[in-house]
Amino acid sequence: MGAEAAAALPEVADVYWRPRVTAARLRRRERIWTLYTLAHVIPFIGTAALLMLVEPLAFAVAAICLVHAWIIPALYAQRGANVLLPRRVRPSGEKAERVSVGLLGDLVSHEARELHARTGLMIERGTLGTWVVGPVGAVLVRHGGRRADCWCVRVADPDLPSGDRIAHLLLALRSDEAGFATVANLAFSGATWRVRRRTRSAGRSALDAAAKSPR
Amino acid sequence: MSRLIRMDSSGHTTLAEWTAHDAEAVDRAVTAFREQLDRGYFGMVSRGEGHAEQVRELPVHAELVIMRLPISGG
Repeated sequence: MGAEAAAALPEVADVYWRPRVTAARLRRRERIWTLYTLAHVIPFIGTAALLMLVEPLAFAVAAICLVHAWIIPALYAQRGANVLLPRRVRPSGEKAERVSVGLLGDLVSHEARELHARTGLMIERGTLGTWVVGPVGAVLVRHGGRRADCWCVRVADPDLPSGDRIAHLLLALRSDEAGFATVANLAFSGATWRVRRRTRSAGRSALDAAAKSPR
Repeated sequence: MSRLIRMDSSGHTTLAEWTAHDAEAVDRAVTAFREQLDRGYFGMVSRGEGHAEQVRELPVHAELVIMRLPISGG
């Protein structure tokens, strides 16, 4: 073939300070996210409980504490779910969208094409789990389907149609999954249901398909 | 017939087409490929479902070579 192949994603060099993602490192980051969430929730719930014990008339303040315990993790999960948002298509860009989706379709299976037609998202099986790839990011649904890691990742050209955006991410992911996860920014890590309930129906379908995907 | 395409705002643009035994067409494709590398694109070849490979030289026997832009954390 005469082609010189490069195993690692070249973009990894731009984030030289980040350790390359491995299954063990990712698991550690997931545990840290869980602890971080608990660190937000437990003090507020504890304060609410203490207030009710000491002074039941302070129920309004206790309720505010409980709202904080709920809303802070909810906002993080929403940030994660946002990586599956679709991009708005300009009327002038409809032809480019069709062309880009045609190219994307050439890269994937019939099953994945069908899912994209329904949801605007692609799923891709990897070694870390199954990826749901959208135009502005990707969600890694871990093996077993219970945990999801949401990654913000983009292509620099703002004029690219969404099919091409997904194709960019898909090709990068396929060439170096660990490198892809190293370059992307982890926006959220937590239970898949927390992401699922905050996505649109298209995102839910894609997450369900990823969760059911065989290992 | 092999194709070199670039993903861009039009969806994609075909930059070159060649067959391995047409030396002139291969030369044109190699030149076009190098121009895109100089512009900051990366060459990618799909290796079947779930696999892709970045290439730094034009793989003459590949059916489809796709030029993509760098990605970054959003």
